[in-house]
Amino acid sequence: MKKYLSFFRIRLINGLQYRAAAWAGVVTQFTWGGLTLLMFWAFYQNGQNIFPMTFSELSSYIWLQQALLALYMAWYFDNDIFDTITSGNISYELCRPVDIYTMWFTKNMAVRLSRALLRSMPILIVAVFLPKPFNISPPASVLSGLLFLISMILGFLVLIAFSMLIYISTFYTMSPLGIRILVTSVVELLAGGIIPIPFFPQSLQTIINVLPFASMQNTPFLIYNGYFEGNDILLSMLLQIGWVITLMLLGRVLMRKALRKVVIHGG
Amino acid sequence: MKLYLKYASIILRCQLQYKVSFLMSTIGQFLVAFSTFLGVYFMFNRFGSVNGFTYTEVLLCFAIMLTSFSLAECFVRGFDAFSGIISNGEFDRIMVRPRNEIFQVLASRIEFSRIGRLFQAIALFMYAIPKSGVLWSVDKIITLALMLLGGFFVFSGLFIIYATLCFFTTEGLEFMNIFTDGTREFGKYPLSIYGEGILKFLTYVVPVALFQYYPFLYLIGRTDNILYMLAPVAGIAFIVPCLIFWKIGVRHYKSTGS
Repeated sequence: MKKYLSFFRIRLINGLQYRAAAWAGVVTQFTWGGLTLLMFWAFYQNGQNIFPMTFSELSSYIWLQQALLALYMAWYFDNDIFDTITSGNISYELCRPVDIYTMWFTKNMAVRLSRALLRSMPILIVAVFLPKPFNISPPASVLSGLLFLISMILGFLVLIAFSMLIYISTFYTMSPLGIRILVTSVVELLAGGIIPIPFFPQSLQTIINVLPFASMQNTPFLIYNGYFEGNDILLSMLLQIGWVITLMLLGRVLMRKALRKVVIHGG
Repeated sequence: MKLYLKYASIILRCQLQYKVSFLMSTIGQFLVAFSTFLGVYFMFNRFGSVNGFTYTEVLLCFAIMLTSFSLAECFVRGFDAFSGIISNGEFDRIMVRPRNEIFQVLASRIEFSRIGRLFQAIALFMYAIPKSGVLWSVDKIITLALMLLGGFFVFSGLFIIYATLCFFTTEGLEFMNIFTDGTREFGKYPLSIYGEGILKFLTYVVPVALFQYYPFLYLIGRTDNILYMLAPVAGIAFIVPCLIFWKIGVRHYKSTGS
């Protein structure tokens, strides 16, 4: 456990160094969030009664999404890991007395966390002081605030467990680029990265809600803004736990299979 | 021009060496644009219209934006990778060659896989053009062509500014993405839906509305003002200050020495 903690710490501290980049990111994401809300506002003007949630609930959703982008963005991958596999450096990793799955998992967590730590606060602080209904509201209740934190971590784990599958697929394809673009665009859509899931057609929502992608960012944000209540919260969080366990087990099995017949490319 | 074609054929052959990867990237580009389209589709499925614009009208707008962006991205993407060209010293080599610098940067990188996006745009056009209710008279066709051309030049101008900033900072600036990728993403809707302030900014500061919103109004018959139809010409002129800025940047250039 201790060794994985230090991997985590090294990556985290490393990631915290890029402060100028973080400021540029804050500006970009803030503008992005603002424009997204203005777009929804235009739709809100003619269809208030068919809006699936109140506008300030939506504002909270969008600002959380922008602030925590680094935690949940599907297109971000650690290029070091791909390089390790394709260049053959994986042989060094195999010699180390560590479990590769756990090591990559913690590294990924650390990189994303460091980015989120730098970027989330400035965005959230400004978003609090925006005029109503464009501002981020406090969580629907104290309880939903607490559950949001737990669900946020669970969603984070689901996402990383899923992206581990993409890393592992490189063992089989040796060319990560294509699959990456392909998968990330699908994940972005189904996770609610383009429009929040409650805006999808009703019939599709029932299917999408059980897929692992909805368990990533969608669940915590909907708990925060009060869209999910009572049983919905419980069910969606149980689903999150289910997906974390399933995806991690699947990842480990595939990893073990891949490592058993891994081909090292040169030295 | 002949030289450019030669460069292009070399790059194309190069990229086709990795057939599966090339195909996957092309499909990927298509899918990225497709998921954006689904976002628009779902919104209209629920709301029907936005600010008085119908679904097919917005699709037409989206297709125009996507086409001009993907064309610009395909041919002018060399500027996007410009921070790399500066930091590895390749620009020194470019400067000693007896050809125009812009030409060389342009020809150094052509991303053919971006045509995935273009396919998407063409598919959208094929659907939206007959359904949009626009009567395709000569002036409407000219308007459409001007919009695409204007879009191509405005995006190219933005890519050039992005590259020129690298002369001063050596590194790419992430916030410039708002103007390029952001314009592509948010420009799928007519720009007026973002409100008066944003529209003014996008008219006078970054002239995106000149090839999108104003001629679009003419295209769908909301106005007869011929000035609106010719607005993209002013958008094309945007390339001039960009090129001047580039010249200043080149004079400012200090090699990184590597």
